[in-house]
Amino acid sequence: MVFSEEKRTEIRSAHVTNKILKMKQFIIFVQKEFYHIFRDRKSLLIIIMMPIVQIILFGFALTNEIKDSNIAIFDNSKDITTAKIIQRLDASRYFNVAKIIHTQEEIETVFKTGKIRLVVVFQPEFEKDLLHGNHAAVQLIADATDPNTATTVTNYATSIIRDYQSDLNVLVQTPYLVTPQLHMLYNPQLKGAYNFVPGVMAMILILISAMMTSVAIVREKEINTMEVLLVSPLKPLLFILSKAIPYIFLSLVNVSTILMVSVTLLEVPINGSLLLLMAEALLFIATAVSLGLMISNITASQQTALMISLMGLLLPTLLLGGFMFPIESMPKPLQIASNLVPSKWFFIIVKDVMIKGLGFKTVWKETLILFGMTLFFLSISLSKFKTRLA
Amino acid sequence: MNQLLFLLEKEFRQVFRNPAILRSVLVMPFIQLLIFPFAANFEVKNVLLSIVDHDHSSYSQKFISKITSSGYFILTDYSPSYQKAITAIERDKADLIVEIPQGFEKNLVRENKGTMLLAVNAVNGTKANLGGAYAANIIRDFNTEIQMQWMTFPAFNAIPTIEITSSNWYNPTMNYKDFMVPGILVTLLTMIGTFLSSLNIVQEKEIGTIEQINVSPIHKSIFIIGKLIPFWIMGLATLTIGLLVSRLFYQIIPIGNIGLIYLFAMVFLVALLGVGLLVSTYAETQTQATFVGFFIMMLFMLLGGLYTSIDSMPEWAKWITKVNPVAYFIEVMRMIVLKGSGFTDIKYHLLSVLGLAVFFNSWAILNYRKRS
Repeated sequence: MVFSEEKRTEIRSAHVTNKILKMKQFIIFVQKEFYHIFRDRKSLLIIIMMPIVQIILFGFALTNEIKDSNIAIFDNSKDITTAKIIQRLDASRYFNVAKIIHTQEEIETVFKTGKIRLVVVFQPEFEKDLLHGNHAAVQLIADATDPNTATTVTNYATSIIRDYQSDLNVLVQTPYLVTPQLHMLYNPQLKGAYNFVPGVMAMILILISAMMTSVAIVREKEINTMEVLLVSPLKPLLFILSKAIPYIFLSLVNVSTILMVSVTLLEVPINGSLLLLMAEALLFIATAVSLGLMISNITASQQTALMISLMGLLLPTLLLGGFMFPIESMPKPLQIASNLVPSKWFFIIVKDVMIKGLGFKTVWKETLILFGMTLFFLSISLSKFKTRLA
Repeated sequence: MNQLLFLLEKEFRQVFRNPAILRSVLVMPFIQLLIFPFAANFEVKNVLLSIVDHDHSSYSQKFISKITSSGYFILTDYSPSYQKAITAIERDKADLIVEIPQGFEKNLVRENKGTMLLAVNAVNGTKANLGGAYAANIIRDFNTEIQMQWMTFPAFNAIPTIEITSSNWYNPTMNYKDFMVPGILVTLLTMIGTFLSSLNIVQEKEIGTIEQINVSPIHKSIFIIGKLIPFWIMGLATLTIGLLVSRLFYQIIPIGNIGLIYLFAMVFLVALLGVGLLVSTYAETQTQATFVGFFIMMLFMLLGGLYTSIDSMPEWAKWITKVNPVAYFIEVMRMIVLKGSGFTDIKYHLLSVLGLAVFFNSWAILNYRKRS
């Protein structure tokens, strides 16, 4: 068939109008979602405020450091030397002498009531043995129900007592001494926030974004407005995207407030490029939102959708996300499973870009993985999307 | 009383007809308790080591073989310069750099002292602390070895030394699972309890069935109690499954009285469900309830003393843990399961949680209005 020149332009312009029309439809759908969000003031307030409060609370409260541990003293000697050692223990930032006990049985009692992490037992005649026999003994008994704390407090107490001993021996020359100089890279004050801000940020971003998106489609099913949407001419892909855009926007607001709070209140610096950090955050949000959409597409009720997105994501992100427990200490199958947790990759990216100040060159692999996950979730949502009601 | 029975019948029917709820109460804790204790391990086994040796002497070789054979470190990188080693840290190929300066051996032999630089990646505090401490220990041993080699010590001990012995009570093998399984069980209980109860009333609001309750003669406290009891029973069922899993799969048998765990759990669940119902009475939609429930859940879990120590928290955060029923339960679980604490040891915890239970539930009842 041969069209005349006129006819061809007509077809072409019709094509263009059609495209504009489709674009307009899409914009209207996006607008509708925004109305949904902005008219529910209470939810909006919760979604905006919650990450701020969480990052402040957890940024300040969570730390891997173990300090201010309560200890008990069982001093069988009660002399000047033991008093000096006790005073040193109490003065350090790691310990707080909470109880003085007088019998062997009491050790059991103080541990059973909970608060004491370590009991320091001085043998009788401690000072006399030390100064005259050059040898005295002290015993450290730790409450090892928490192995990590037990090891750490034992180490701390040992080094405080060792320090006291070497101060005693200051006159005696010890030759052949290698002295280490210790540098703490990136985090000289050993602040917990440097590790927990990126971690908590990854965790709350994925949970909040996935949760709020996961109800987006299923809610329409539940309150029966889905039918209206299904008879509209909008293509499934565009329909899904129109659901995603407002939530991506909201999550970006969350990222900005989280970063603002971290820098100003928690004093965690942004050492790398802010632009790169925001771009990576945008990608991670897209991953989370498409995960939410996928959940929304495969569930039948809001309650189930929320249950899957909250219960299914909370523990894996917390335990396998890398910021709480070291992944390399886990058994192999769990190490492999941790690769499926999107927040793990974002946590690495934020640590590298924000704290270490590295560029895209070091995080391209993680970026690619998040990108692949996003495409995967979106394609599942698209293939599971039903254009008819059951 | 009759009213309560009818309400309970209704609630139980709803629960048993919703497979999702049953699955989340019975199956999910089972699976999660089987998997996650393996992940929850703070033990830092392998610190990745990068060595920069400018000296290439027999002493530096000796030190390197000492540190690599210690079992704490894995030598992943051997760089010609500090800058190169930093790249290894940036790429997470190394956690710790040991730089041995030129003339290390010469200084040690001639001037009796040498230095070396240890640089740790301190973003993760635990690893930095432990890696630094391990390395410092090895250096101390190294020092003693050289001294032994070069000096003849007098027959008697000339220097006052304090002998330090240490012992680990209640968990001598330092098994993390003994510590984590009871804690994770409490976490699961918390998640299920808060989530289900916070969604419950608001769901009736959203689908409109709350109207029927509102026009009925049922008193609002009976209504709340009727909501509470089914979840309370499900919570105890979850606990039972969890305790069975820890006994069968982890060989964790409580040293203390198991009845005491149940007694505490009964009070704990009332407090926890009270929080959930309180959220439910405030929320307008299920989404709102979930978000607030999620917020409280995170707060309870992360400030519960399972993941990071409460002792290290700032004062204000310690106050939050005082109104956190989860913090009490995690501690009590450990006390009863691992230490065999008795009723008198936990009575303060029990009273506190009882107080919280009364407080949250009265608030929920007061806040629930039978009119919109």
